[in-house]
Amino acid sequence: MKLPIMNNQEPGEQDGCGCGTRSYTTRPGMTRRSFLRRGTAATGAVAAIAASLSPLRELTDTDDFSVAKFIQKHYKEMDGKEMASALTRISNEVEKRYDVRPNIRDIKPMDGVEFVYALNLTRCIGCRKCVHACVEENNQSRSPEIQYIRVLEMPRGTTDIEQGNHHYDRPTVPDEDHYYMPIQCHQCANPPCVKVCPVEATWQEPDGITVIDYDWCIGCRYCEAACPYWARRFNFTKPEIPKEKINPNMSYLSNRPRQKGVMEKCHFCLHRTREGKMPACLEVCPTGARKFGNVLDPESDVRKILETKRVFVLKADVGTLPRFFYYFDERDPINEKVPTGVPMEGES
Amino acid sequence: MKDLIREYPRFIWRCFRLSFVGDWKYYTWMFTLSVIALFGLNAYAKQFVQGLGTTGLTDQVSWGLYIANFTYLVGVAAAAVMLVIPVYVYKNKELHNLVIFGELLAVVAIIMCLLFIMADLGRPDRFHHMLLRFNFPISILTWDVIALNGYLLLNLHICGYLIYCAYNKRTPTKKFYIPFVFIAIAWAISIHTVTAFLYSGLGARPFWNSAVIAPRFLASAFAAGPALIILTLQVIKASTGYPVSEKAIKTLKGIVTIALGINMFLLGSEVFTEFYTGTAHSVSARYLFFGLDGNAALVPWIWSAIALNTFALVALLTPMSKKRWILNAACVAMIVGIWIEKGMGLIVPAFVPSPIGELVEYVPTMNEILVCTGIWAFGLLIYTILVRVTIPVLYGELTVDTVYHTEPEPKLKTTAGVTP
Repeated sequence: MKLPIMNNQEPGEQDGCGCGTRSYTTRPGMTRRSFLRRGTAATGAVAAIAASLSPLRELTDTDDFSVAKFIQKHYKEMDGKEMASALTRISNEVEKRYDVRPNIRDIKPMDGVEFVYALNLTRCIGCRKCVHACVEENNQSRSPEIQYIRVLEMPRGTTDIEQGNHHYDRPTVPDEDHYYMPIQCHQCANPPCVKVCPVEATWQEPDGITVIDYDWCIGCRYCEAACPYWARRFNFTKPEIPKEKINPNMSYLSNRPRQKGVMEKCHFCLHRTREGKMPACLEVCPTGARKFGNVLDPESDVRKILETKRVFVLKADVGTLPRFFYYFDERDPINEKVPTGVPMEGES
Repeated sequence: MKDLIREYPRFIWRCFRLSFVGDWKYYTWMFTLSVIALFGLNAYAKQFVQGLGTTGLTDQVSWGLYIANFTYLVGVAAAAVMLVIPVYVYKNKELHNLVIFGELLAVVAIIMCLLFIMADLGRPDRFHHMLLRFNFPISILTWDVIALNGYLLLNLHICGYLIYCAYNKRTPTKKFYIPFVFIAIAWAISIHTVTAFLYSGLGARPFWNSAVIAPRFLASAFAAGPALIILTLQVIKASTGYPVSEKAIKTLKGIVTIALGINMFLLGSEVFTEFYTGTAHSVSARYLFFGLDGNAALVPWIWSAIALNTFALVALLTPMSKKRWILNAACVAMIVGIWIEKGMGLIVPAFVPSPIGELVEYVPTMNEILVCTGIWAFGLLIYTILVRVTIPVLYGELTVDTVYHTEPEPKLKTTAGVTP
């Protein structure tokens, strides 16, 4: 069996399309008929491709794609001038979109500081105030709402997080038969998320905080798969924040507004904590369950807790060396006077 | 060299022109594929504008159909080596004229892999960041980028060189391609190993954190890939008359049978370890095979995969498969069975429940499915074109000397270049 190729037809052979043999025996060039047919096919193909791409017309947001953004360097490669121009660009974008001129800076880590978090499970009552204070502070998308902290309602008698209830809803908390375990980024000393990132868009800072350059992340979500604490969040859609909800106190590596298609996560409120303030989740906590500070400072609360309390980390077996510690008070937790009947906040 | 510069673009142009020549079956096939591919492009354009919210993915199940298809196709690409090894290592004569179709399949499979990765990225516009800050050798994903692109280049070179030599009626110079063939053999193993390490290297996901993942990937790839090649070769033979000997099919059948057997064995080992020890780490496996707390979206999938693979293995091991239609049915069964096993059976369950115990199920959206079918259609489209132009060149019908009319009308009674 012979395969047809372009020139395998003998002169005089019928071509089957009814147009006779003249077209290619006497004139090897283009006939009018084939020109029309081919032209129609080509036009049709172009039209079909254009029609398939038509959703791209909705790409009106020029902030998402701009030359300045395209050529912007990785955070660690930007010099002072380049960072300044990046911050100006971001300020302009924020002002344009939210009508607020933000105070945005690139705040560097302090020398001799390594931040750790300690959470007192005896005191936590599961009111979810930290969850929402975090969202307010860090300019997370409200629709859909992205939360960095997940509070588990745990049955007493186990620390197995598989048994926690993520979606508890009660008129008041705490419930007598349960205790509460908030989980957020553990700022690991051996962070698997940093290891897997193909473009170094996420890294560990000298003060122990793992940060993300939102302008560098390619959105592959490998870090999200690698995190044993489910601490990372992805912007599946364009983040929506009401104008009046914007927190104008921003920094490049923390709470500036994110774009669609990038990862984000808890950064220990570095725009606050690197200036000596406490994280938003700690400030709002009504029971004092949250302790934060510099573990290198022998006088700090966290240092004393690590030295004196019965402290544990989640999933010690995965070898991530978290900087987020849980502990129980030494006192008898059953007779402990913790607040009761506190109105709780909903999931969203 | 001067000749090459002049002749090579002409060769490409003639191949391009040739890809538009065929009978009505060819046109129907190509038209259908183009339509499906364009629907996929349309769905992707929507995703590009609105973000990955158009998919069924969530923060809990953050990888789904795209990565599942990617993983499967890396296997298909690696499986080309199952034609290459018999031909170049064991000097198998029957497969000698067929090995090129395996290599072309590898090229297309890798292109599809790259498309699936692009579809999965939240910021495809920043893909160049890979070139600027490449986290090598720490991130296994960067290994995969090197492995896949290297394999693509190797196979493009091997196929391109052999076809271009045939076009020029030259005997290929061994030193220009044999070394690359042997590099490609090792490289084929590496692409699927590295892809398996993407998953097995994550301590956060006990379901993946198993040393048997890489061997399982290779075994399933060497079953599903050659099964696909068995079907493809029959279609090539039927539609173009290209000689495909019975012995060649038999050789491939032998490879498929052994690989499928090993794959089932490794799956069994995994199942035993998960369920007999019954640690907390087997919760994803329990979800996959039996469901958890009434959530059982994957249960029908995995059991159909097991049923399909078991049927295929039984059919291949018994004389039943001497009947051609049963062999073909077994091939189809294992292609589908392994696709499920690697996608719905391996990628998705690792995310359920989440690392902190939340159970969220994954259901792909229509838009996501359209993107996937679009990429598959596009891949088949390229493969059809590659086979369609390769065959006349190998036959010596399209050579550098062939007189070339600019206006050919295809002979409508003959068929050409139709693949599954």
